Amino acid sequence: MNRRQAYEAAQRRRSLTVAGVSTFVVVAAIILLVPLAPGWPAVRASFFDGQVFAETFPTLLRAFMIDIMIFAWSVPLIMGLGLAIALARGARSPALFPLRIFGAVYVDIFRGVPVVLTIYLIGFGIPGLGLPRPWNSPYIWGTVALVLTYSAYVAEVLRSGIESIHASQRNAAICLGLSERDTMRYVILPQAIRRVVPANMNMLVALQKDVALLSFIGPVEILRQAGIYKSLLANFTPYVVAAVIFLLVTVPATRYADYLLNRDRDARS
Amino acid sequence: MPEAKLSCRGIQKSFGDNHVLRGIDLDVAEGEMICLIGASGSGKSTLLRCINQLETIDEGAVLLEGQDISEPGIDLGPVRRRIGIVFQSYNLFPHMSALENVLLAPRRVLHEQGGALETRATELFERFGLAAHMQKYPDQLSGGQQQRVAVIRALAMRPEIMLFDEITAALDPELVGEVLAVLRHLRSEGMTMLLATHEMGFARELADRVCFMDGGVIVEEGPPEQIFTAPRVTRTQEFLRSVLR
Repeated sequence: MNRRQAYEAAQRRRSLTVAGVSTFVVVAAIILLVPLAPGWPAVRASFFDGQVFAETFPTLLRAFMIDIMIFAWSVPLIMGLGLAIALARGARSPALFPLRIFGAVYVDIFRGVPVVLTIYLIGFGIPGLGLPRPWNSPYIWGTVALVLTYSAYVAEVLRSGIESIHASQRNAAICLGLSERDTMRYVILPQAIRRVVPANMNMLVALQKDVALLSFIGPVEILRQAGIYKSLLANFTPYVVAAVIFLLVTVPATRYADYLLNRDRDARS
Repeated sequence: MPEAKLSCRGIQKSFGDNHVLRGIDLDVAEGEMICLIGASGSGKSTLLRCINQLETIDEGAVLLEGQDISEPGIDLGPVRRRIGIVFQSYNLFPHMSALENVLLAPRRVLHEQGGALETRATELFERFGLAAHMQKYPDQLSGGQQQRVAVIRALAMRPEIMLFDEITAALDPELVGEVLAVLRHLRSEGMTMLLATHEMGFARELADRVCFMDGGVIVEEGPPEQIFTAPRVTRTQEFLRSVLR
């Protein structure tokens, strides 16, 4: 080991020690100080009841599968519609001008209205038309509300990605004789989509959480199931269980997305 | 005199108040290699971009074998595949391998498929010494290699004329040679070429004709020997003195 390596090793040991000690101090302070708060015993009993936790966990996990399901079928719809709206907003030909206007208005409306409101309006409003089964299902209209809202966001993300691709790429493709359509499909879009993967990943994590809002219009998914338990057991622990279950999915999902991005970046350098 | 392969007739082009081309007349014969020289901002690049209709011209006409390709409203697809262009900044598609870069346009535009096309592409890579790099992505290649792939990509469309826009200007000096070798090779095959270049030695060695541009006009044109040894116009003399020092 030469002098520089020895120096760097010493530096590393020092940082590790500092990080370890400061983490220990903070954690110890929380563990020691929080129970000193006057309301702690009551909070512990109503939010962190081990028995309630164990009892409700399996059912809540099963209810969470409904969230996963709704999420799973919403994602392709959102990506498809988002892409269509993004392309409509970027249309150059004058014949497609109405499409551009439609795209702009669509994005304004669905980004401007809180998700919960869209879910209420569509989830209660459309089945109110007296549609026959199964077309009055809150699953369908809840999904529609989520898709409409999130595709507006995804459209904006994609559009920013498309606009971030340098004009020289388009020129190069056009000079090779490629049509506008092929240029978009083979040259611009693949680069644009790759570039906005992080932004879209954040969207999907947000969507995963917002699926729980459908509990307001009917489906007995995890949030509603937790509410039922709360009333039944007069205890808030089921909500904590629900939060833990969400974290079990969202944290690895974001980490995995980061990993994919880093790998992609490393492979290209 | 046989009809020119490509003719520029009185081309004028402005960007806002900036009058970049002020009446360019130029004939390029089949198999001829013409070098455009001149200071940055003299209009060389703009002229090339006007020729392949990347920029629309304000006045004048561009004729490709007598057909006016600068006429508003004509279908530029068929025109562009007859004119290849390579830019200073390579502009390879970064998400595709070198080979995919080359195959895209022949597939989508010429509707060529399968083995025959791949053989043809592979031959091009071999001819320009890049067979080992076909599967690599642009950012795994050096600037000189990327620029050669860009040339191959343009050639894969079997263009009748090639435009080169200062294609060595962004390269490290030691990489310039390999790209110039490609041009030399094309020259020997009789490709019709129009180059904007700062490589005076190269222009002198290979060009059939050299055009000196300044202020949006061709100030002087002639065989390289004459332009480089006995320029007639004062501005050409000044320019050459400053770059050849």
